[in-house]
Amino acid sequence: MIAIHQFAFALLGKLSWSQLPQNNIERGGAAAIVLGLLLVIGTITYLKRWRWLWREWLTTQDPKRIGVMYIVVAFVMLLRGGGDAALLRTQQALSVGSSSGILSSNHFQQIVSAHGTIMIFFVAMGFMFGIINLVLPLQLGARDVAFPFMNATSFWLFFVGMALVNGSLVIGNFTAAGWLSYPPLSELKFSPTVGVDYWIWALQIAGVGSLLSGINFLVTILKMRAPGMTLMKMPMFAWSVLGSMSLVAFAFPMLTVTLALLALDRTIGTHFFTSGGGGNAMMYVNLIWAWGHPEVYILVLPAFGVWSEVVATFSRKHLFGYTSMVWAIAAIVLLSFTVWLHHFFTMGAGADVNAFFGIMTAVIAVPTGVKIFNWLFTMYRGRISFKTPMLWFIAFVVIFTIGGVAGVLMSVPAIDYQVHNSLFLVAHFHMMIVGGVVFADFAALTYWFPKIFGFRLHEGLGRLVYWFWGVGFIVAFVPLYILGFMGATRRLDHYSASLGWQPLFIVAGVGVALIGIGVAFQLLQLALSIWQRNQRRDLTGDPWNGRTLEWATPSPVPFYSFTKLPVVTDRDQFWADKESGKATRQEYEDIVLPKNSSLSVVIGGLAFLFGAGMVWHIYWLALLSLLGIVATLIIRSMNDEPEYRMSARTVEKLEHARLRQLKEYEAYHQ
Amino acid sequence: MKKHLRVWLGVVIAALVVGVSGWYLRLHTIPVLQPAGVIGDKERNLLIFCSLLAVLIVVPVFTLLGVFAWKYREGNQRYAKYSPELTGNRMAETIWWVVPGIIVAIISVVTWQSTYALDPFKQLSSAKPTLHVQVIALDWKWLFIYPNQNIASVNEAAIPLNQPVDFEITSDAVMTSFWDPQLAGQMYAMPGMSAQQNLEANKIGSFPGWAANISGSGFARMTFTIRSMSKDNFAKWIGAAQHSGSKLTAARYAALAKPSTGNPVTYYSWVQPQLYNTTVLKYMTPKLPQLGKHTAGATRL
Repeated sequence: MIAIHQFAFALLGKLSWSQLPQNNIERGGAAAIVLGLLLVIGTITYLKRWRWLWREWLTTQDPKRIGVMYIVVAFVMLLRGGGDAALLRTQQALSVGSSSGILSSNHFQQIVSAHGTIMIFFVAMGFMFGIINLVLPLQLGARDVAFPFMNATSFWLFFVGMALVNGSLVIGNFTAAGWLSYPPLSELKFSPTVGVDYWIWALQIAGVGSLLSGINFLVTILKMRAPGMTLMKMPMFAWSVLGSMSLVAFAFPMLTVTLALLALDRTIGTHFFTSGGGGNAMMYVNLIWAWGHPEVYILVLPAFGVWSEVVATFSRKHLFGYTSMVWAIAAIVLLSFTVWLHHFFTMGAGADVNAFFGIMTAVIAVPTGVKIFNWLFTMYRGRISFKTPMLWFIAFVVIFTIGGVAGVLMSVPAIDYQVHNSLFLVAHFHMMIVGGVVFADFAALTYWFPKIFGFRLHEGLGRLVYWFWGVGFIVAFVPLYILGFMGATRRLDHYSASLGWQPLFIVAGVGVALIGIGVAFQLLQLALSIWQRNQRRDLTGDPWNGRTLEWATPSPVPFYSFTKLPVVTDRDQFWADKESGKATRQEYEDIVLPKNSSLSVVIGGLAFLFGAGMVWHIYWLALLSLLGIVATLIIRSMNDEPEYRMSARTVEKLEHARLRQLKEYEAYHQ
Repeated sequence: MKKHLRVWLGVVIAALVVGVSGWYLRLHTIPVLQPAGVIGDKERNLLIFCSLLAVLIVVPVFTLLGVFAWKYREGNQRYAKYSPELTGNRMAETIWWVVPGIIVAIISVVTWQSTYALDPFKQLSSAKPTLHVQVIALDWKWLFIYPNQNIASVNEAAIPLNQPVDFEITSDAVMTSFWDPQLAGQMYAMPGMSAQQNLEANKIGSFPGWAANISGSGFARMTFTIRSMSKDNFAKWIGAAQHSGSKLTAARYAALAKPSTGNPVTYYSWVQPQLYNTTVLKYMTPKLPQLGKHTAGATRL
């Protein structure tokens, strides 16, 4: 009997039927995931699109397509994370006094942790890498990133991390220890289920993908810029990506090591972070924030880059203070490694340590403030066209400034003692990350959408999206500042009725509902824009009167991006070309592009099996998958012909066909 | 006409929001802004001072945003200058490196001084002796030990008005945070670590406190009350505890330490000697009763 049990454990690890969802809300979540998946598979099968999907998308090495896949995943995860948020606020509006709401404490805490994990790693990071993939090579005048195969592999590792987090909804559970799962709570003794393991391995796998992407974009910027494009002639978005990716390269290894140590504690009984046995949880908190604080800037720097492009384009002016913008980025990159302790002033470090980190935190506000003033003065003496990306910019400045002030307050340790871990903090970082990063993603999507898909998004619906999101966001988060002052901590699944918090939680819930309507309009906007795409074609390739090289290409940008690689003499190269009448010239050259490769998908699949094996302690599976990944990499490196050449004549033919089609559209719609 | 209507609608909505919020806030206590202790007072004042400093940045940003967006909008071409070749201005850029720099320098000085002045570990100077209270965070309740009075209580602590109190804080479960917003603020409670929070109440009242760091399923219900009272009432409170008849022996403590929520306020007339210290130290010695099989080697040391 024991032998059978041991055999079953070796074969299946901790997997068993009892790991399936146990109550109706959990079952609802699992059903949504499973049905959603079946719906997607069914639709593709019905439309007979599998071959097309495999050839054109899943195996692609074209950064533009990889970017689109990132953004699709990020948007779906925005829906998931938003659904989580709606559940959390519903619970908090109901669970007062003698009522305990709709969720159990443990389930509530799993949802809180999943919300944070998903929104940071799979929404904010997903949108960011998506937009970088779409825009960066085009802006640099390059046809691809430095390592196309690695780029596709990064995406699939990101995808697998996402799949593991959502898999935990169907079988097993997710961490209930918060999005950074501090030990000792996340140690085996206090969290014996697979929840923390799902969290660890999802982030490990996605994190390796992020690190590879970071290196990839770093090399792309340093080595693949068009001839003539010195660093100081790069578009500001490229500069901000350079800053952000340097942070990725230095910060993500810390995350990997920290999670690995926690995994060792949980699997082989080491004592890095346990309460006893010489372990020290404070070490974990330091390490995770030594990654975590740069991570904030990893997200926000590319967003700053987006704002720099949007403000300059829609004000029809050069970006104000280019050089000081570059210095501000450099300052932020350096300083972002010197402030991590402000996430735990209340841990009991001495006044000297707290004061140092408090001051460094206030100092980092200076370069950020400089950037805001430079954007404002880009508007000065401009011709501002208030299309939706520019509207998002206005909301960004308002919300980011309010959130930033809250941040400067919290940088003073003695103030932080009173608001740390409270809803005041929650309001602050949502204002920074949603106002700063997510709004930038929305602006970027509207702005670059025609470049990628060849038609514009519906502007009127875009405005509705903007107002519902903007107003909803204020209504959802301003009450949290007050709740924080009233003593409400984060992650509360219940509170006493006598505190009088309920009305504010209900107002916050109404805000979430308004955001929900905004998201519904986003989906409608996308659907309607696709439906009416022929009326919304961008025939010029330059729908916004753009300034940088991506607008020199036609819309949708062909897979080879440029018929001939541009030569750069100016910061706003395309603007300068338009001024001097050079922008319309057509030239062709031979083009070398990477071939599709299914091996990235294979690595992704194996990484998924590896992750599942580690989560469920099915070690033979984990080991085999790991060996499989190594073998795949060896096979890949044996491939001597990963690229193909397209002659200038072929390019010319493709271009003529495209131009003919454009003329037909034009004739048809006039 | 339509424009006027919109403006009025905006004014009415704004007035309504301000009115309702004002009415709501008057009805409720806002612990961080209405402190009842000397440390809380200073932290509140610091918060207000830094907020006013921040206004120096917010006002110009919002003004410039509003003015530029309005003036340089596309529809206003006739009245606004357009300088597409303007790329920067050394003077202007210097101003917004330097001015925020000065504000941050002021904040830095304030940060440095206030961090030392309000260091939770620093004993408060007073003619009166300091009352020592030891706090142990358990899953999911708070144990307060008064070593000099040799009593203990669960989820409630009494302190005398206008007398300095030194809370020593540790945890015998996971890490969490001890937060009494009306008195002093937050301090992490961690196993194997002993932190401190010095405070002094200057108002009489019952002040709610919270566990402010997620600590498992009972986290939200892990609340406590600090009651500040006159010297006489405090003596009575101690006396009542001393006559409660229930002793906090090692065995009772072990039972109390087991995870539970909704524990009623309980008093103990006697406390196992050195309970707080042994609780802190047991995580630092190799012989750990709750460690699993993996530490078999360590126990032999």
